[in-house]
Amino acid sequence: MTKVLPGLTRRSVLKTTALGGVATLALPGYLRAQGAPIKVGILQPVTGALSYSGQQGRLGAEAAIQEINAAGGIKSMGGAKLEMVFGDARSTPDGGTQEVERMNGEGVVAIVGGFGSSICLAASQAAARYDIPYLVDVGVAETITARGLKNTFRFTAGLNQVVEKGIANLIALNESAGSPLKTVMIVHEDSLFGSGMAKALNDALPGKGYQILSTIPHPTPIRDFNNVVLQIRAQNPDIIIPSNYYNEYVLLARAMVQQRARPKAIYSILGGAASSPRFVKEFPDAANLVIDCNHWINAKNPRAEALKTKIESGGNFFTYEVFNNYSNVLLLADALERAGSADRGKLIEAIAASTFEGHIMPYGPTKFVNGQNQGAQPVVTQVQGGEIKVVRPEEFANAKAVFPFPPA
Amino acid sequence: MSLLSPEILLVAVLNGVMVGALYALVAVGLTLIYGVLHIINFAHGALLTLALFAVYLAHSQLGLDPYLAAAPLAVLFFGLGYALQRWIITPASHGEDRNILLVTLGLAIIIQNLLLYLFRSDTRTIDLPYASDVVDLQITFVAMSRLIGLVGSLVVAALLWLFLTRTDTGRAVRAVAKERMGAALQGIDVDHIYAVTFGLGTACLAVAAALLIPNFYVNPRVGEAFVLIAFTIVVLGGMGSVPGALLGGLLIGVVESLGGLLLGESLGQLGIFLIFILVLMFRPQGLFGAKA
Repeated sequence: MTKVLPGLTRRSVLKTTALGGVATLALPGYLRAQGAPIKVGILQPVTGALSYSGQQGRLGAEAAIQEINAAGGIKSMGGAKLEMVFGDARSTPDGGTQEVERMNGEGVVAIVGGFGSSICLAASQAAARYDIPYLVDVGVAETITARGLKNTFRFTAGLNQVVEKGIANLIALNESAGSPLKTVMIVHEDSLFGSGMAKALNDALPGKGYQILSTIPHPTPIRDFNNVVLQIRAQNPDIIIPSNYYNEYVLLARAMVQQRARPKAIYSILGGAASSPRFVKEFPDAANLVIDCNHWINAKNPRAEALKTKIESGGNFFTYEVFNNYSNVLLLADALERAGSADRGKLIEAIAASTFEGHIMPYGPTKFVNGQNQGAQPVVTQVQGGEIKVVRPEEFANAKAVFPFPPA
Repeated sequence: MSLLSPEILLVAVLNGVMVGALYALVAVGLTLIYGVLHIINFAHGALLTLALFAVYLAHSQLGLDPYLAAAPLAVLFFGLGYALQRWIITPASHGEDRNILLVTLGLAIIIQNLLLYLFRSDTRTIDLPYASDVVDLQITFVAMSRLIGLVGSLVVAALLWLFLTRTDTGRAVRAVAKERMGAALQGIDVDHIYAVTFGLGTACLAVAAALLIPNFYVNPRVGEAFVLIAFTIVVLGGMGSVPGALLGGLLIGVVESLGGLLLGESLGQLGIFLIFILVLMFRPQGLFGAKA
């Protein structure tokens, strides 16, 4: 065997590491009293189809951990620092659960993340077996918080909250303009997310005096949107409601500009690109005035602006994955502070009783009921002059809505 | 306006032709490689993705307009295809056809993951100053970039056909396609011709990418969206037939467009595969195929 370092042999390495191992096993209490780091599991899909979102989510979590540690860690635990245990969910539920097993082995106190609803569903269930608190960062599916799992919490808004507010805000916007818009066309992707949204809209809008001219489903990916736009031009609706993912949203918006299809409003709920800084930067014309009801920050909070500047200075886009994860890590730190212990059971209790405030989201008081934060709400954003502005609700708005869109 | 009015149908057909021409260009490269080398090139989709990234980078890093980048990139991709076939696919497959399949599949995986590593999986697009320039055809507006896509695809297909029928190298390509042994006995360097063919097929992708990107996007998986349809077109047109791929592409484009309009975009794809099955049942050699 070749020696890498003088005096370092296989035997000596085995001896010392074995001794070290015994020492840590024997003295866990001692180490903890010194403020041993608290391991936090950050689970994100950083490879596979969802990898862009996973990467963004990780950025947010890292920013929060850095901030907490720089401010002196968890004070009630002797200034213990947070230490990230990162897991790649590989964009599949299986990938998520495997990483939960590994994180459990590494002794994390809680897990934050998941992104996609299906990953969140599987990973939170796996975490429940070990009583690991699980904080959902994005996954909006109602089933996530409907299973009665005591360990699973969603600080941000769930699908019902988003759809309900989305429809209410659309109606409010229209009424405040004197209800000029009456006809609607829905363009949605044909899987669970888009179809569910289309159904909710079809249930809610006709009763409020809107006429739905047609509901057009399309597959993901689709290569061309010109025929959909052809139908939009033929039926000429007042409002277009797109419900699809980023790529398709971009193609639709571009085809509409090219075919000069100009509805009086484009209003999406959880739109794939409508409040994406990348879309706004790459397609300023197509993005202009597009409205979206989605996760967003409290734009009036200076700390939110500071985080935005920090993320952007690293050459990254400030997307909802970033601030959702950032906020969840802060929520966890707040609970750790109150629990004063890394005990998972105590931590779950502390999160369940959380009244976390002073965060950067446009939310009411934090109150968890069956794991869902009742204070959470989406806000309505509109792209104005190359910036994503909040236009509703009033208390968080930093711009006035342009509604209906002015004629070209 | 009703959805079935002649105007709407006409516009839908026009949309189909414009989309189909680009499908055809992707399929022409694939069918050429099949016709001569008798292999299915599984790396075709990944090479298209690579070409889209090349056009994207030429625009974002060098400020080169996609249409201007088309010619130099076609040359570059010809070289890439030539090199891949000559120095990677041939040596790695040890003369066995089934090995070639696996080597191209392996190449696809390597290219795709390399791009994922380098660019991450987010979608990129370029916004050109003339992206919303349109031609007013009275019944509809057509984006200039889509018309250029249509004309460009037809021109490239015509040039390819002229090359194959009017030049010595083209004749050699056709000779190798028909009878490899005979061609070799006439003094044609078969390995060279194989590589030239692979290069031509890859060069088609570079042009297709340049024509496609003003109206599409690029991410490391984007080629998949086109390659399945390209395979369908190749079989439909007759495997190895360049005119077959061109007409097959246009036909598929129109069928997809009308299907999408009448049945909805989700079900509209049905039409493509319905035609595909019918062709396989009643004309298995394809519309322009010489023999089964």
